[in-house]
Amino acid sequence: MYPGSNDDHDALWALAALDAEAVPVWHDEPELPELDAVVLPGGFSYGDYLRCGAIARFSPATAAVRDFAEAGGLVLGICNGFQVLCEAGLLPGVLLRNESLRFVCRDVRLTVERDDLPFTERCIRGQRLVLPVKHGDGRWFAPPELVAELETNRQVVLRYAEPCNGSVADVAGVCNGRGNVMGLMPHPEHAVDPLLGSADGALILAALVDAARDRTILSI
Amino acid sequence: MRAIVLVRPKEGILDPQGAAVESALGHLGFAVSGARVGKVVDLEVDAADEAEARTQVEQMCERLLANPLIESYEIELHG
Repeated sequence: MYPGSNDDHDALWALAALDAEAVPVWHDEPELPELDAVVLPGGFSYGDYLRCGAIARFSPATAAVRDFAEAGGLVLGICNGFQVLCEAGLLPGVLLRNESLRFVCRDVRLTVERDDLPFTERCIRGQRLVLPVKHGDGRWFAPPELVAELETNRQVVLRYAEPCNGSVADVAGVCNGRGNVMGLMPHPEHAVDPLLGSADGALILAALVDAARDRTILSI
Repeated sequence: MRAIVLVRPKEGILDPQGAAVESALGHLGFAVSGARVGKVVDLEVDAADEAEARTQVEQMCERLLANPLIESYEIELHG
């Protein structure tokens, strides 16, 4: 949680609803408690000053998250959390102002490109998900040679199945080469109950909870 | 030493803000093209000489002020 995070409690609530024991960690904590997975929530860390995610990248907790990820820990960045992971160099690319210059706030259809990651094992490749987006800076960008490399390595995890923000190659979510860090602009934590309009977000978060639990058992 | 850092969207990067400014200027009757919107960062740098100041500000740009994927930067120093 960074100053300016605003989806932190939704993420805590959604993870708890999926039977995970979610604990908040404040940005100035230089060490993480004993964790099986990290979720970086959405919001506007440090007011999105300079570039979104650019300042949060230097928080003590972000350094701890980097160590956690480098040790193979599972890290999911949602919206602003995705922007922070890109700025921190843990995920490829960068998120820019939407092509339309308008804040988009609505449900969007997405296509699942990978179903073999700890974040997507409850999905099927090619499956359509409906998740809400709410962002002004969600246009994922990478230079053409990097996009080609990511496509070859199958690092694009989710794509928009309809126009959303002008992202290169319709990218809505990517992972790192190792597959233990993922970021996405849509909000799975706002879609874990049909009452909220969609429960598709639970597929992603519950897969993460499963994977984190499996890792705990393995380490015992 | 005073430093002025100009951060610009790299050539070829879609800049919707620049496009919106260009369109608005067009509505005001100005015939303009190629508008791009960047940022200016003014800094007072504690350095012994210009070379040291430049090195420091370059590091600031590489590490924080610009994202090399999408932005280029220029540094002006004023004694």
